[in-house]
Amino acid sequence: MSDLMDIKVTVNGTVYQRSVEPRMLLSDFIRFEIGLGGTHVGCEHGVCGTCTILFDGQPQRSCITFAVQADGHSIETVESLGTPEKMNPLQEAFQEKHGAQCGFCTPGILMTMKAFLKENPHPTEEEIREGIDGNLCRCTGYQNIIESVKLASEKMSHSGSK
Amino acid sequence: MKPASFAYFSPKSLDEALANIAEVGDDGGKILAGGQSLVPAMNFRMAQPTALVDLNEIQELFYIKPTDTGGLVIGAMTRDRTVELDSLVKKRAPIIPECLYWMAHPTIRNRGTFGGALAHSDPAGQLPVVAVVMNFNFHIQSKDADRWSGADDFFVSVYTTCLEADEILTGIEVPAMTKMSGYSYKQVSRQTGESALLGVATLLSLDDAGIVKDCRIAYMGVAEKPVMAMEAMAMLNGNQPSDELITEAIEATVKGELDPGADIHASVEYRLHLARTLGAASVKEAVIRAAKQE
Repeated sequence: MSDLMDIKVTVNGTVYQRSVEPRMLLSDFIRFEIGLGGTHVGCEHGVCGTCTILFDGQPQRSCITFAVQADGHSIETVESLGTPEKMNPLQEAFQEKHGAQCGFCTPGILMTMKAFLKENPHPTEEEIREGIDGNLCRCTGYQNIIESVKLASEKMSHSGSK
Repeated sequence: MKPASFAYFSPKSLDEALANIAEVGDDGGKILAGGQSLVPAMNFRMAQPTALVDLNEIQELFYIKPTDTGGLVIGAMTRDRTVELDSLVKKRAPIIPECLYWMAHPTIRNRGTFGGALAHSDPAGQLPVVAVVMNFNFHIQSKDADRWSGADDFFVSVYTTCLEADEILTGIEVPAMTKMSGYSYKQVSRQTGESALLGVATLLSLDDAGIVKDCRIAYMGVAEKPVMAMEAMAMLNGNQPSDELITEAIEATVKGELDPGADIHASVEYRLHLARTLGAASVKEAVIRAAKQE
């Protein structure tokens, strides 16, 4: 085991200080050190996309980044989106259009789409398909995911929220 | 934890990073850029560096600057997504965003870096073949030395470049695309974002009479590193690019210069078929684009 390093990471607006091994993956840090289980871990080599989080606002894979690299940076996970009582329009849309089947890929897709819709608030279906091409759904529920993202973009343009 | 243990350095300046890598490079230490290829390899323990010198906090390595001669210099740590969307890159070297579109997914390109993708020297990588066709110039620094390498010397083999253990690729000079330059990047992969089965990059100019000059064509996915299509280039240069000539020129390269391997995704015959069709399509697209310019 190599020496522990002290890091300070902002996760969903809260600053966390922890001592971690350099080899600890950011995904494991979020789940086991911070205790936020919403970020799922699938392939652990950057292919499936379910561990996608926002790193300084940009979607990135947390399973191929080390926790020590997040020192001084800001992370947003799926827990930042909303609560069961007060959901984000994206989450509402996924509920209404049955965009989550087993739910395993959902956190990564929501975080990827949060940034995608911010950059492109009125995407075409083709653009949505391209936007989620880095996220695998083993239920193959892509059709409903695309419908959900479409509905979310409508909801957001009506409410004016991001 | 998936990766093996390593010592971690997060230098804040290039000088500090050069000192770090001078210390650990010879004992199995490595540079960490975007980590989008290295960290997966570490998670599988296929790579077990003893130390990582992380360049992500070195602000002086993130930049895109114009050169006086109409080209660009790109800092090694500039994110691939930043390069892809940059208006100056689009204007001065449009073949770069065209090939980056095919590199993995936007989420990976948000973290992956321009220098990292080149220093990785993936035989199925998009940037190495474009680097060869455009003849990028690589700025390589170590604690005691500072040198430049052309693309021909930079790529050595699979995952191997001319970088020594204590050296860092710090910047990449992209030469100007000459006036009337036509360009094209084409590849086939089983699905968007997956590794390419084969790719081809073309650059050429047309003179006032529509004669091809400065033609450069290179293939990826056929060997350990990008392969220049010397025969096709020689046949096209100095001639009218008729469809017949293009087919003939590409055929000469496919027969005489390409020796691809087979794997689970593509047979030798299929790769040669792709080399013919993509090669001809790439040259034709470059000719059309060159003709459209003033």
